[in-house]
Amino acid sequence: MEQVFTLTFLTGLLAAMMRMATPIIFGTLGEILAERSGVLNLGIEGIMLMGAMTGFLTTLSTGSLWLGVAAAAFTGIILSLLMALLAVWLGLSQHVSGIGITLFSTGLAMFIYRLAVGSPTNPPTVQPFTRTAVPLLSSIPVIGEAFFTQYSLVYIAFLLIPAVWVLLYRTSWGLSIRTVGENPFAADTVGINVNLVRTLCLAAGGALMGIGGAFLTLAHQNMFLIDVVGGRGWISIAMVIFGNWDPVRGAAGALIFGFLDALQLRLQGLGFNVPFHLFLIIPYLMTLIALVTMSRKASAPAGLLKPYRREEKG
Amino acid sequence: MRLTLAKRSPLPGWIQVLVPVGAILVTLALSAIPILAAGGDIRLSYASLFRGALGTRYNFLETCVKAAPLTFTGLAAAFAFRAKFWNIGAEGQLLAGAIAAAWTGIHAGSLPPAAAVPLVCIAGFLAGGAWAAIPAILKTKYKVDDVVTSLLLNYVMWHIMGYLLFGPLQMPGSSWPRSPAIAEAARFPVLLARSRFHLGIVLAAAAMLIVWFINSKTVFGYQARAVGVNPRAAAFGGINVNSVILKTALISGGLAGMAGVGETAAIHFHLLMDISPGFGYSGIAVAMLGRLHPLGTALSAFFFSVILVGAQSMSRITGVPTYIAEVIQGMSLLVMLVALLLTEYRIKAVRN
Repeated sequence: MEQVFTLTFLTGLLAAMMRMATPIIFGTLGEILAERSGVLNLGIEGIMLMGAMTGFLTTLSTGSLWLGVAAAAFTGIILSLLMALLAVWLGLSQHVSGIGITLFSTGLAMFIYRLAVGSPTNPPTVQPFTRTAVPLLSSIPVIGEAFFTQYSLVYIAFLLIPAVWVLLYRTSWGLSIRTVGENPFAADTVGINVNLVRTLCLAAGGALMGIGGAFLTLAHQNMFLIDVVGGRGWISIAMVIFGNWDPVRGAAGALIFGFLDALQLRLQGLGFNVPFHLFLIIPYLMTLIALVTMSRKASAPAGLLKPYRREEKG
Repeated sequence: MRLTLAKRSPLPGWIQVLVPVGAILVTLALSAIPILAAGGDIRLSYASLFRGALGTRYNFLETCVKAAPLTFTGLAAAFAFRAKFWNIGAEGQLLAGAIAAAWTGIHAGSLPPAAAVPLVCIAGFLAGGAWAAIPAILKTKYKVDDVVTSLLLNYVMWHIMGYLLFGPLQMPGSSWPRSPAIAEAARFPVLLARSRFHLGIVLAAAAMLIVWFINSKTVFGYQARAVGVNPRAAAFGGINVNSVILKTALISGGLAGMAGVGETAAIHFHLLMDISPGFGYSGIAVAMLGRLHPLGTALSAFFFSVILVGAQSMSRITGVPTYIAEVIQGMSLLVMLVALLLTEYRIKAVRN
């Protein structure tokens, strides 16, 4: 038990928490952008898997990690534009469109991966991202190693949290997005192109989801496995609600999830016989409880799930 | 010039029936793109797909075997969606059913098959129904979105299963996450020689008939439809909306649970982490393609099964990866969605 109460353990735990939280932060921020404009993107799970796959294959063939990240973002944008076509422009059910995108992208990701690499006995690997130490800050004990000796994508994720917050609450674009999400008819009246705003939010969110997927295959691991995303997209959806559609609170939820995930991994690594599956239920229960306690406040964007057709007002 | 959607006058019934057929044809045409990309010869690929799924007696019966869980999860989704209870949780309910079936099946050794088989079925049905009742209660009591809760509960159940298979339900002496085998008496009998055509397939067909009966011949079926069309009007008309949603959830979850029972008691005989390759999620697409009608759902489950089984032999013969099946499934759902839209709306060009 002593080995748990050491600084090394704490440092390792916090560093792992940051890494486990990162893909979920990308997913959560991406989903918040979409939902704030009024579109629930249930395609997230499949989009993250496609991002993980294209990011990995691009890096495998070009050797460039950042090209992989860019390819993942691009894939996320393309798939989100498909989502926009179905759920925004054609006004189809957001639930079913999103599930359809996830089913389709999941199949496609596995199909393309098999096509590209065949079925070798050992899956191919890439040289993954290495950690970069932030000058000065990284020399602080514990904190320095845990928070400031990380992958660049971890820093990017954490910088995006305030960036998305500022975008939503402190810019006129953010005001447009929130108006479209809350009351598309009012937004239309003041000359905002509702469907265009929704499409752009989906696309930007899709890019973040794709990068979140690429983090898994280019930093967290160095290969593509079929269950590499493993429900992190759905967790992100839960964190959006847990965080009450606020980027900072959503990211805090992702950190709690990352902490629990890291804790069970570390304890297992030390040979403790933890029922890790029970550990991993905690974040889901947390979200369900948050849903029940928050439900009376009804804080979801009022326009969520409603396609906007000007001629069908009310 | 810009394009908009304009409401159509309702189309005649025979077109409504043809919509899924058209959607399947469009999907198969679009599937040529990934098949070509994989270097597959188009005619050979489709020929090997259909021959592999339907060409011989054994292959046809294998397709029936795969269609059974898809019929159950498809009916689960269709039954729930009809009452606008958005049950995306068939996967978790399936797992709940599989766990209950395994648990009772392991301990049913002393019973005769005539008691053991119904016991695992009832246990699985109840477990699935109980698991689906959670999102229904959260929806009716606390107004929590059922999509998100039913979806999250899939992972909760997956982890519960993981806990059980690494703990109390693990086969003694094994380091794999795998339960002991269920008793012989609890296994579904095979009904046709030289095949795996088992009791569960008959049960799936019976479930289809029962759902059809409930939907179209009972007061409850009428009420569920009324709640689906307009819950407020239904409540005003004296229907207890919450009770209808809860009952719908119990039946829907029970149907999904039966998919898990079949996989445990007729196919694997053990509980395994990968007992379901996503049948619960596929069920959503199956139900949509079947237009939420029980017969349509069973037919579209059969179509999905043709694709799943056929993709195996297509892959063997042409080298196209078997994951083409998942691509086609996802695509068919998206195509069907657009097709449904086009039955209600037409695209109209408007001059600005």
